[in-house]
Amino acid sequence: MQIRTRNLYLIPYLTWILLFVVAPILLIVYYSFFNVDGQFTLGNYQKFFTPVYLKMTLSSFWYALLITIISLLIAYPTAYWLTKTKHKQLWLLLIILPSWINLLLKAYAFLGIFGTYGPTNKLLESLGIGTQQILFTDFSFLFVSVYIFIPFMILPIYNALEEMNHSLLDAANDLGASQWTTFRRVIFPLTLDGVKSGCQAVFIPALSLFMITRLVAGNRVITLGTAIEQHFLVTQDWGMGATIAVFLIIAMAFIMMLTRKRK
Amino acid sequence: MKRLTRAFSVIFLISFGLMYVTYYLNQAEGYGGKNTLTVYNWGDYIDEELLEKFEEETGLKVIYQTFDSNEAMMTKIEQGGTTFDVAVPSEYAMSKMKDEKLLLPIDHKKIPNLKHIESRFMNLPFDPQNQYSIPYFWGTVGIVYNKEKLKGKEIKSWNGLWNPDFKNQILLADGAREVLGFSLNSLHHSLNDTNEAHLQAAKAKLDRLTPNIKAIVGDEIKMLLVNEEAALGVVWSGDASEIMGENENLDYVVPEEGSNLWFDNMVIPKTAKNVEGAHKFINFMLDPENAAKNAEYVGYSTPNAEALKLLPEEISQDERFYPPLELTKKLEVYKNLGKKMLSHYNELFLEFKMHRK
Repeated sequence: MQIRTRNLYLIPYLTWILLFVVAPILLIVYYSFFNVDGQFTLGNYQKFFTPVYLKMTLSSFWYALLITIISLLIAYPTAYWLTKTKHKQLWLLLIILPSWINLLLKAYAFLGIFGTYGPTNKLLESLGIGTQQILFTDFSFLFVSVYIFIPFMILPIYNALEEMNHSLLDAANDLGASQWTTFRRVIFPLTLDGVKSGCQAVFIPALSLFMITRLVAGNRVITLGTAIEQHFLVTQDWGMGATIAVFLIIAMAFIMMLTRKRK
Repeated sequence: MKRLTRAFSVIFLISFGLMYVTYYLNQAEGYGGKNTLTVYNWGDYIDEELLEKFEEETGLKVIYQTFDSNEAMMTKIEQGGTTFDVAVPSEYAMSKMKDEKLLLPIDHKKIPNLKHIESRFMNLPFDPQNQYSIPYFWGTVGIVYNKEKLKGKEIKSWNGLWNPDFKNQILLADGAREVLGFSLNSLHHSLNDTNEAHLQAAKAKLDRLTPNIKAIVGDEIKMLLVNEEAALGVVWSGDASEIMGENENLDYVVPEEGSNLWFDNMVIPKTAKNVEGAHKFINFMLDPENAAKNAEYVGYSTPNAEALKLLPEEISQDERFYPPLELTKKLEVYKNLGKKMLSHYNELFLEFKMHRK
C-alpha cells in the first residue's frame, strides 16, 4: 500500500520528464535524419563533419572555455571574500539581482555602454587613451558573457565555502601549513564540487549562446547556437539545425560526466 | 503579506471580470462579426486618419492590430485564434502563405481602383495575375551613408563598399539574400542567380569585404546608424527613410549596379470573416487621394501611379525612393529559389560570417 502511494506521487514528475525532457530530445534526434525536402537522409551528419561546422564547433568550445575560465578566476576570490564579509545576504542579493533582468535587455544596454560615443569611450577619452572600438570585438563578447554567467559560478562556490568545516582550517594552521598550502591542500579540494557545478552551469549554456553573438559581437563570433537559430528560423532546414543540436546534447552529456560529483 | 495577497487576488478577479464583460459587450454589439473589419499591419504603417475616414464612408468599425515580423504574423494567422480580414505581408511571406493555402483569392471586380496601380508593379513572379495580393508599398535595398563621417567621399555603387578607405565602417543587415544579393549585383549577376560558379565568386568577393565590415546585425542596425556607430549601412529603403528622419547626416542611395525590389502586399487571410469588407478596404486604400495621404505619412514608395501625381514634388521627384527609369529596370524581385537553394545561400552566408579579419 505504501509503495503504491509513493508510486502515485511519482506520476507528475515522470509525466513532466517524459513530456518536456525525453520527448523533445527524441524529436530532435528524429528531425536530424531528414533533409530540407523531408526525405530520410544521413547527409546532415555528413555535413556536420565538413570544415565549416568543425571550425564552428571548435570556436564554440574555445569561447565557452574562455568564458568559463575567466568566470572562475573572478568568481572564486569573490565567493571567498563573500564568506568573510559582514552583510553576506546583502552582497549575495546584489550579485543575484542582475540575473533577474532579461538577458536581451542587458545585451542591449551594452550596445549603448560600449558604443563609439558611449560612456566607456568617454572615460577612455578623458583618460587620454582615446576612443577605441569595443563593441563587436572578442573583448566585448567575453566581457558581456562573463557578466551574464558569473552569478551561476559564484553561488555554488560560495555554498561550498560556507559548508566547509572551519575547524579544518584551524587544524591546518596548527600543523604549520602556510596559507598557500592550506588553500591548495585543504580549501580548494573541499570546494571542488562547487567549482565543478559552477563550471557546468557556465560552460554548458555558453556553448549554445546565440543572441549575444549578434548583438554584442556583431556576428563576428559564430557559435553552434547561432547556426541552430539560423537553420530553424531562416533556412527552415530543421534537419541540419537538429543535427547540430544532437551534437550539442552529446557534448553536454559528456561534460556532465566529466564534472560529475564524486561520492 | 496576507493583506497584500488578498489585494492582489481582488485585482485579478476584477480584471478577469472586466475582461469577460468587454467580451460579452463586444459580442452583444456584434463586433467581431459582419460590421467590423480587422486589419493586421506592421507597426506605424498607415495614416490612422484614413481608418477614421474609412469608418465614416462604410459604417464598418475597424479593429487595427499590428505585428513586427512576418513570421509572427504568419504564426498568428496559422493558429487562427483571431480572425484577420486584411493583412500586409512582405512578398516572400505572401508567397509562403499562398503555398500553405492561408489566403483567399481577391476578386478584382470588387476593386475598381486597381487600375491606378502602375502596370510594372502588377503580375509579378511571386503572385501571377495578382490572384492573392495587391501591392501596398514597395522599396529597394541600398546603402545608407553618413555624409559627415564620409568627409566628402562619395558612394554610388555596391563596388564602392570595397573601398579600402572604409575600413571597419560598414554595417550589414543580417540577411543571406540581401548580402549575397548585393555581392552578386556588384559582379553584374542577377540576385536570383543559382549558378554555382557565380555564387562562389560572390562569396569569395564578400570575404574580401571583411576588413571593412564592422558588424552584421539585425534590427539594431537602425539605432546603430542613427548613433553614428558606423559610416555606412546596407539596409532596406523603408528602414532608411525611417532613420533619415532621426539623423540629418544620413542619406540613402540605390546602387547603380541594381538591387532588390521588394513589396508589402495587402492580402485576405483564409480566416477572414468579413471578406466583403476586406475588398472594400483594399479598394479604399488604392483610391489615389487616400494612397497619396498614406504615402506621405509612411514615407515609403507607393505603387499607385495616380497617387504619385498627387504627391508634392519633393517626394515624387526624390530619386532615392523613386529611382529613375534606367535604374528601376535593374531592380529585381526575389524569386522563390526553393528550399534547397535558399539553404545553400544561407550556408554560404554562414561561411562568410565565419571568415575572420
